[in-house]
Amino acid sequence: MTRVFVSRDSTALSLGAGLVAKTLATEAQAKNLTIDIVRNGSRGMFWLEPLVEVETAQGRVAYGPVQAADIPALLDAGMLEGKQHPLFLGNIEQLPYFKNQNRLTFARVGITDPVSLDDYIAHEGYRGLKNALAMQQTEIVKHVTDSGLRGRGGAAFPTGIKWNTVLNSPAEQKYIVCNADEGDSGTFSDRMVMEGDPFVLIEGMTIAGLAVGATQGYIYLRVEYPHAHKALNEAIQAAYQGGYLGDDIQGSGKAFHLEVRLGAGAYICGEETSLLESLEGKRGLVRFKPPLPAIVGLFGKPTIVNNVISLASVPIILDKGGDYYRDYGMGRSRGTLPLQLAGNIKHSGLFEAAFGMTLRELLYDYGGGSASGRPIRAVQVGGPLGAYLYDDQFDTPLDYEAFAAISAVLGHGGIVVHDDTVNMAEMARYAMEFCVEESCGKCTPCRIGSTRGVEVIDRIVADIDKAKNVELLRDLCDTMVCGSLCAMGGMTPYPVLSALNHFPEDFGLQAARA
Amino acid sequence: MTQDYQNQKPVVLDVLAAHQAMPGNLLPILHGIQDNLGYIPADAVADIAAALNLSRAEVHGVISFYHYFRTTPPGKHVVRICRAESCQAMNGRTLEKHATQMLGIDFHETTADERFSLEAVYCLGNCACSPAITIDGDIYGRVTPEKFDQLIAACKGAQ
Repeated sequence: MTRVFVSRDSTALSLGAGLVAKTLATEAQAKNLTIDIVRNGSRGMFWLEPLVEVETAQGRVAYGPVQAADIPALLDAGMLEGKQHPLFLGNIEQLPYFKNQNRLTFARVGITDPVSLDDYIAHEGYRGLKNALAMQQTEIVKHVTDSGLRGRGGAAFPTGIKWNTVLNSPAEQKYIVCNADEGDSGTFSDRMVMEGDPFVLIEGMTIAGLAVGATQGYIYLRVEYPHAHKALNEAIQAAYQGGYLGDDIQGSGKAFHLEVRLGAGAYICGEETSLLESLEGKRGLVRFKPPLPAIVGLFGKPTIVNNVISLASVPIILDKGGDYYRDYGMGRSRGTLPLQLAGNIKHSGLFEAAFGMTLRELLYDYGGGSASGRPIRAVQVGGPLGAYLYDDQFDTPLDYEAFAAISAVLGHGGIVVHDDTVNMAEMARYAMEFCVEESCGKCTPCRIGSTRGVEVIDRIVADIDKAKNVELLRDLCDTMVCGSLCAMGGMTPYPVLSALNHFPEDFGLQAARA
Repeated sequence: MTQDYQNQKPVVLDVLAAHQAMPGNLLPILHGIQDNLGYIPADAVADIAAALNLSRAEVHGVISFYHYFRTTPPGKHVVRICRAESCQAMNGRTLEKHATQMLGIDFHETTADERFSLEAVYCLGNCACSPAITIDGDIYGRVTPEKFDQLIAACKGAQ
């Protein structure tokens, strides 16, 4: 039976992959062709979705973008034998966009059946866990520390240090919490992993549990990701059935249980302490730190809170060793970062690369420039709390420290491209407005500062006491940066000030770019 | 207690019973109620509070904190439009304006005929194909005003 792959990834579905799969099934049946349709993750090249891949004698052959109406002609042209057709793409892995990536965390995404445990194991899955089960706890943590892995959620805190703190905090109960509240605009790598290879996250969390002695894990998933919810639950069930979750993991006598909990549309719950409050069933108000969640976390117990990509990078580290992972990257940014090209960009998608390539390479060599064909004017990296960059800054290497040096953040690796029709005063106002909408309200600089920020920007744009109000806006941003409890209020000034500094003409100010 | 709630109460009590032993169960309970009833009726607050040994103010506080939870019945179809940066970069603001005019309602409102509710959402994770919307949970990418009209017409046709 010929295996045919059509993605179940949300973005592929948003372009019609569901109907493509359905049509393929009915058309094949009508033509007496026996096929096995696998609903895989996405390869991450979304301009080619819905993508159809066929397993043929000469390897996997791709066609795309395919619409349901194309299916009869494709079948007639001999798609199941990998024959030519205008939508023929050949071996997708030979396209430069795919070939030039370093797919470590995303090794299986788009290739395997996401919810098949057998498929996962056949593609090098659960090798990290096998190694971890033979190790001392300190040894597991050492591999993670040696890998140089830093929190991929955006804060880039060394993962090994966090794990070590939890390991050394004695308690009768500890927790592993996965932060899957991927709320930043322009980011979708967490979603792609959860939809395309949920076992890698489950394996990473299980290893984390073994490393620090935690027997219960929670994935705090945003409610906007129903397809990820479904895939995770299917995979968790399969892992329980296969003895990879439960009271006795693979006969080791060690226990790890895992459950998905849904958020409810609050951006702030991506902040780790707010997330913990929400998991406890409360309003997602940010907690004071210290104490750190690693010491007093969920239900007051020592807790690892890690992002999806951080945890999903652990299996390969335990499989191939911390050194293997550390050999990718530059400076203090080790390993790879799954970058997400979004917004006004021709070749939008996921690009996992070792740290160090420049933003310009990514935007033009792979991204192909703007989708509209107009010049790229501003690029926001790192989500709604990240700075807007302008052309002169595009040669900055994608590296945590290099971005910090230009008052920007790499964050979760989300890149939103705007062409020259963008009004940066509007984007600055939106950043403040978003903070009004999403502030948890606990601290004054964030709660009130954001509202005052919208008003001050409105006055600047309306040309009321311009010089005075620009000074006031800068002063307000300073208060928010220094006085906010968490990154919500503390970083909202990044997009605001970068817009003001790099695009003053949009605020009706003299262009005085430093 | 309203007439409606007399019919809804057994559902609420079932959801409460199903989550009794779960640690941190308030959000799963609220999801359970909204999944079943479409919203969280005001009268349910007292029952939830009693079952969880919380004050009604605490329960109300949680419901009102989260954008996703609603306290009024939704229209037959719920349309969510992403308003975040990536969608704005692909003419999302034009789509927002078009949608509100075409449906004749603003965000967080329901049409008088109770057919459509319009909600704002900040990112659907579909940023590679902006602008994005969902209708009754189905996701659509690269939505132009014309495509929006087709999708709405399809909803109307299906009724």
